[in-house]
Amino acid sequence: MNKYMIYLNSKRCIGCHGCEVHCKTNKKLPVGPILCEISHEPLKAVRGIPKTEFQFRSCYHCEDPYCVPVCPTGAMQKRQDGIVFVDQEKCIGCMACAGACPWGIPQYNPETGKAIKCDYCMDRVDAGLKPACVTKCATHALKFVTIQEI
Amino acid sequence: MKKTVWSMCGMCSVRCPIKVEVENGRVEWIEGNPHILKGALCAKGSAGVALIEDDERPQQPLIRKGGRGAGRWEPVSWYTALDYIGEKLNKIIAQYGAKSVMMSCRGGPWADFFKTFIHGLGSPNFTNHDSACGRNVHHASLSIYGLGRKDLIYDIKNAKHLVLFGRNILESLRIAEANQVLDMLDAGGRLTYVDVRQTMTGIKATRFFQVRPGTDYALALGLINAIIKREAYDKEFIERYVTGFDELVEFIQPYTLEWAAKECEIKLKPLQMFVEELAGDRPRVIFHPGWMLSRYNDSFYASRSLHILNVLMGNIEVKGGQLFPKGAADCGVKGIRNLSSLITQKPTDKRADGVGWKYKHFDKGPGLFHLFYDAMETGEPYPLKALICYRHDPFNCFPDPAAQKRALDKMELLVSVDTHYSEFGWYSDVILPESAYLERESPIALQKGLKPRLIVRQRAVEPKFDTKPSWWIFKQLADRLGIGQYFPYNTIEELWAWQLEPTGYKIEDFNAKGFVELTDKPIMYDRNNLDGKFKTPSGKIELVSTVLTEAGLPSFKPYVSPIKPPEGMFRLVFGRSAVNAHGHTINNPLLHELLPYNTLWINKREASKLGINDGDWVDVSSQPQVTTGTMRAKVTDFIHPDAVYMIHGFGRQIPLQTRAYHAGMADQKLQIGLLKEMDPAGGGLCLCEAFVEVRRSPKNPKRSVEL
Repeated sequence: MNKYMIYLNSKRCIGCHGCEVHCKTNKKLPVGPILCEISHEPLKAVRGIPKTEFQFRSCYHCEDPYCVPVCPTGAMQKRQDGIVFVDQEKCIGCMACAGACPWGIPQYNPETGKAIKCDYCMDRVDAGLKPACVTKCATHALKFVTIQEI
Repeated sequence: MKKTVWSMCGMCSVRCPIKVEVENGRVEWIEGNPHILKGALCAKGSAGVALIEDDERPQQPLIRKGGRGAGRWEPVSWYTALDYIGEKLNKIIAQYGAKSVMMSCRGGPWADFFKTFIHGLGSPNFTNHDSACGRNVHHASLSIYGLGRKDLIYDIKNAKHLVLFGRNILESLRIAEANQVLDMLDAGGRLTYVDVRQTMTGIKATRFFQVRPGTDYALALGLINAIIKREAYDKEFIERYVTGFDELVEFIQPYTLEWAAKECEIKLKPLQMFVEELAGDRPRVIFHPGWMLSRYNDSFYASRSLHILNVLMGNIEVKGGQLFPKGAADCGVKGIRNLSSLITQKPTDKRADGVGWKYKHFDKGPGLFHLFYDAMETGEPYPLKALICYRHDPFNCFPDPAAQKRALDKMELLVSVDTHYSEFGWYSDVILPESAYLERESPIALQKGLKPRLIVRQRAVEPKFDTKPSWWIFKQLADRLGIGQYFPYNTIEELWAWQLEPTGYKIEDFNAKGFVELTDKPIMYDRNNLDGKFKTPSGKIELVSTVLTEAGLPSFKPYVSPIKPPEGMFRLVFGRSAVNAHGHTINNPLLHELLPYNTLWINKREASKLGINDGDWVDVSSQPQVTTGTMRAKVTDFIHPDAVYMIHGFGRQIPLQTRAYHAGMADQKLQIGLLKEMDPAGGGLCLCEAFVEVRRSPKNPKRSVEL
């Protein structure tokens, strides 16, 4: 059972793409890999006002991820709390994970030659903090939600 | 070794307070100061780490070897560069007097520092970029309240209705302000947005008017007319504090709402509904008087009208309205000491830009930069021989850099002090590289507000290259020019201590939160006793301005309809994106990744007439046709057919900035002839009074026959 998710309040999102850079700088990524993304629909007039909705996408942290079993070295793993992450020590950069993922989520880091993906900044989460994108969201539109069973 | 450093962002001129985590001399994490911004930061703010790492910035002082702009530089030591400038300046001063030296800075909380330098030298010629930015708004504000544009702040969070005329508040992105806007909307407040195109701000609006370019003034006049007719204004407030209301009523008669709707090419009914909303939401309505409003030849009067609408709403010193920012004296404490207090005798020469003597109605403070070009060319009222630009890039900021260069060629010394290569720096004689904001300290500054505070920028990491902070650079120059006494310190700690001495605070007091608050509770004035707060000659809010009248200028200017673009041409408008701060972040690797080039927005119907499809290459030519460039078209329904739009700051021509080099186009290079087009009443340039021709480019591939 996944414990976490990231929720975007589109009403507060101003499409500043800050989250993308907050993520990249926290993970020390070079130009190239982008682990989370803000996108929006083309503008459409709603009662005379051109409007759009924003979407935030990082990794779905699937209940039954394809990327995990396909990994030849066991680098791609799923934690008890649902977070799917890459063990950088074990990764050999074959990118089988990206091929197996229906959305091509895992990215290649040209600097390390290894796969990298959103892991909800698990080192921060384990330290009682929130993921970088959520912590620094310019308008507090992103929320890190702990899912509770009812 | 881990440490936390409290600092201020320097990626744009908002200067958000930040908290920086440093480990082993490297920046590991930057976030918005949690006590003020709850961590919030924009893309630019996080990309600060890429700025430090970027080696496509000047890495040590450079002295020009070849012709100006040729890009041949001799790397030299700091002492060589400073001695070189010192000797040149001393020679120029001996021959032409100190007044022949001018200094431009970027304004903001540390302007006092640079003013002290140039005034200490004996020259009155202190200036900044503002004639291409907020001068019209500033002068409009002065003409009405006797207060500058930053002498009133906006309580947006508590407003019921925020009205923005082209103020793209969410993409200009002052973090605290953007959050106020969203909080207001969350609380059910209304946002009315007026622009010639749709923006990130406009998509959040509850009401949107896409007006014909150049008709903001008409819309504001129509609203004044309707509000007066409907008697939806604060009569008591006007009775108590305002003069000139009867003259306004008389002037406004012909400018009905019906007329405005027609002139602006918008529907009347929503406009009438808007007026009804204003009547109900008053006084918690804010008409933003504009930020960058050097746009049209009536922008000064448009801004005045927006100020007048605020006065009609009676929104001053009320919750959800305009508030007086409070300073140290309001808290009953002493403020910090500023270097300018050491200047006992201000320069007595008249300013070379004519402000204060030829143009008496303008604020003398920074004057008007663009008017110095006339003085350079003509040698009148006296020759100008040296220009120092601190973090200001006139070629990126003012129209027609080629025309600027012709004037600057009469100068003997051009110095650029900046963290990156500016277009001006590339043309100058000496580049003094300033350390990036994370690598330097800045003097303490006072941030006014309901709860005024002292803020400081502290050094997070050591400079990667041989760069220096401005407090050191200008102290060194001052010593070489014999004015070291105005900079009474050797280290930044000494400067801070000197500044803080009257306050009783120590620099250690900033360690807890990164700032020092001068009061616990927000301070509000008694709205029934605002006497003495308005600094006009009469002490009242002057709708008919004494200063304008004395200068022979009308307080109410009859409206003149903007000319329609000639066939096949478009009015060029420009703006900004949330991921870049004008020109100076374009080459940042992480920001370039988000927005590698700008596009030309063009209305779908007009594009189809010209055979232009979305994504096509288009040739954009200035009028007269001296500049042509090629960029990608973005074909959209959401821009007025008369206008084309591009994001400002692109089209850079510095070969060492490989990412930004020739990426996209620069609007200012298409603004031919606009360097001398100033609003005579407001002092702002008229940057949207340029037309461009747009054609589908022959560069669009038909075929490619390579093997």
